[in-house]
Amino acid sequence: MADEKLTQIYIMGKAYDVPVGVTIMDAMEYAGYRFIRGAGCRSGFCGACGTVYRKAGEYRLEFVLACQEMVEEGMHLTQLPFTPAPRSDYTLAELDPSENVLLQHYPEIARCVSCNTCTKACPQEIEVMDYIQAALRGDVAKVAELSFDCIACGLCAMRCPADIKHYHVGQMGRRLHGVADLATPEHLTARIAQLDGGAFDGEMETLASASLADLKAKYAERVIEKVQEPEVATEEVAT
Amino acid sequence: MTGPQFAGLQDGYPDYMRASIEKVEATRARRLKEGTLAPMSAEARAELLEAWHPDYKVDRKRDLSVGPSKGARMPHEVADLFEAYPTVDPDSIDLSKPDFDVSVLILGGGGAASVAALHAVYEGISPDDILMVTKLRHGDCNSVMAQGGIQAADRENDSPAIHYLDVLGGGHYTNKPELVRALVEDGPRMIEWHEKLGVLYDRVNGDYLEAHGGGTSRMRMHSAKDYTGLEIMRVLKDEVLNVGIPTIEFAPAIDLLLDEAGQAAGAVLFNLETEEQVVVRARATVLATGGFGRLHIQGFPTTNHYGATADGLVMAYRAGAGVIDMDSVQYHPTGVAYPAAILGQLATEKLRNQGAEPVDSEGESFVYPLEPRDVESAAIIRQCYGEEKGIETPSGIRGVWLDTPMIDEIHGPGTLKSRLAAMWMMWHRHGIDITVDPALVFPTLHYQNGGVEIDAEGATSIPGLFAGGEVAGGVHGKNRLMGNSLLDYNVFGRRAGISAARWAKANEPKGLSLKHVKTYVEELKSAGVGEDRTAPMILPDYRREAVTERRLDALH
Repeated sequence: MADEKLTQIYIMGKAYDVPVGVTIMDAMEYAGYRFIRGAGCRSGFCGACGTVYRKAGEYRLEFVLACQEMVEEGMHLTQLPFTPAPRSDYTLAELDPSENVLLQHYPEIARCVSCNTCTKACPQEIEVMDYIQAALRGDVAKVAELSFDCIACGLCAMRCPADIKHYHVGQMGRRLHGVADLATPEHLTARIAQLDGGAFDGEMETLASASLADLKAKYAERVIEKVQEPEVATEEVAT
Repeated sequence: MTGPQFAGLQDGYPDYMRASIEKVEATRARRLKEGTLAPMSAEARAELLEAWHPDYKVDRKRDLSVGPSKGARMPHEVADLFEAYPTVDPDSIDLSKPDFDVSVLILGGGGAASVAALHAVYEGISPDDILMVTKLRHGDCNSVMAQGGIQAADRENDSPAIHYLDVLGGGHYTNKPELVRALVEDGPRMIEWHEKLGVLYDRVNGDYLEAHGGGTSRMRMHSAKDYTGLEIMRVLKDEVLNVGIPTIEFAPAIDLLLDEAGQAAGAVLFNLETEEQVVVRARATVLATGGFGRLHIQGFPTTNHYGATADGLVMAYRAGAGVIDMDSVQYHPTGVAYPAAILGQLATEKLRNQGAEPVDSEGESFVYPLEPRDVESAAIIRQCYGEEKGIETPSGIRGVWLDTPMIDEIHGPGTLKSRLAAMWMMWHRHGIDITVDPALVFPTLHYQNGGVEIDAEGATSIPGLFAGGEVAGGVHGKNRLMGNSLLDYNVFGRRAGISAARWAKANEPKGLSLKHVKTYVEELKSAGVGEDRTAPMILPDYRREAVTERRLDALH
């Protein structure tokens, strides 16, 4: 950052000159903040740095991650590093997916007024309201699909006029979809039976006692499996 | 240093980079038709590493002057923390009335910690007799940021033996064999456990969609889009909450406690908000504190989370635990080189296993895209600084193109956006569409290959102290393959949790002591280590100097 160009932002109302072209998180550190809360993975995956800002001259609030959003001239910002949201405990194996368990555990989803404020608040651009509507219908597959990119920053729950805790609903829905709708592939079950039966023990012992020269020779002889796409594929990415 | 001047941005890139992007576009059809370059021979790999990998620069490391692994070679940045004085004062802290007294204390709040905590419960420890303590929030960790996938040899054409060979060869045969064996044999079991917990892995026609990673000979990479780490971590956290394991956030351990017999007996915590010291007595302790990425070894940017400052290593070492392979650092081949705002953040290897290849400023490929990580990194560094075929950014660093539009060319339109949603979003936030334009990348500090030495059951050299995940060493030797860190923290988190539970049932610490800290201080003094450095670091400090120079502790 040589020949730095500076711009003015307001952190909780106080003006600071910070470099152009850096994230809100880096700008706050430049200004002199040392984070305890409000910084986690610093790469957009953990949801620790949910931030609310308003641009100069605008009335609308924007919702972003401090580690991913660039500063802009005149930005007024504050972090919301914690969401005091209640969460419902459950035992996954005891849930009956034929019941609408999401509604039972989170009855407040029935209060959704379809205002879409949650969706507008999502820094991951998730259709949050749509998955809450899917949760109301008991469609856990849809909940899982739509909520998949959630990083649980909590901004949706902070904005919701019906006090829905969207990200907890999404989490429960995804796990329920995994156990209720998706069968464990047979080759995995078969492999575990082989492991239990000691099918690989001999081969593993041989490798464990092989000389370095033998290991190097075996490594060099490996045949790299060729990538083959299935001709007709019904792909379900992570759902 | 500043790079080329430019007038403006075109679709996110400085206009001067467009000429090079056009070369990448011009060669794309030919490169797709011809296929990738072949993997290197063992000799070519060795030569490349020696000449260009940062680990092979001898002046960037030194031999430790104190402690159980005295003489071990490691980067200066790590040695500086090992050769540093404690923040706890053993003479002033009252250990006679512990604030918490539990069977199992888990240090850390990431993947390994969560897996260990759950398995301690499965092994018969009551959840309220466990305490998990963590520096940031539960789940603010490297585990949550892993993108590409987790290896497990569960397909018919694969086997633990094939996985074992891939790991050992990738690690240059420096790995501890019994740890590698545990890793590969437990792999399928961990995937089955995840199934039961409701982790959602990518599927095609109902079966897992499994892919290659750098250095694999079979397709065994299980993924959840490019949110694999997030998907596993959030399920583990959810389950820890369901089970009811107490967790204290923003309260990192700053030194371990031993008992009169030298057995692990808990830890001193530091409440980051109230700045109190907190004493925890425990029958067994699990070290799951992660790695050292935030030490920015050799000045590299890092993919790591904010708290990756090697605290656990420092504490365990002071208490007498030996370390292994600390000379070895993993630089991920593809960190973000542009834009500067996200410099060093991870561009997952999954981009390459889905078909994107590294290409130089002339639009030519120069390396097999899925070499083991150290080899791939060295090849990219050589292309930039040896062959002078890198692309210089406005902030003066160099990178090569990762030709991401190849992914949709190979697998069909829409593939990148669905299989690599996080990557698409990351660049999209900066105005770059990686389905249209390539991404600019350069190696970034990613992983601590070595760590505290453990055996196959997760035991360290200190009785009652167990370790798993990135803090532990030996599993990967001098180089880790993609997809083996998520597997590592599951396998060894589990083993450490089970071992800790068993130990806690059979052992009782007698008296709490920080005598080991005093002994270590004596050793530092005799070695002539200056008293200006303290450790653990806890958090890096990114405030600018102009501010920190003017700071005053006027509130005290």
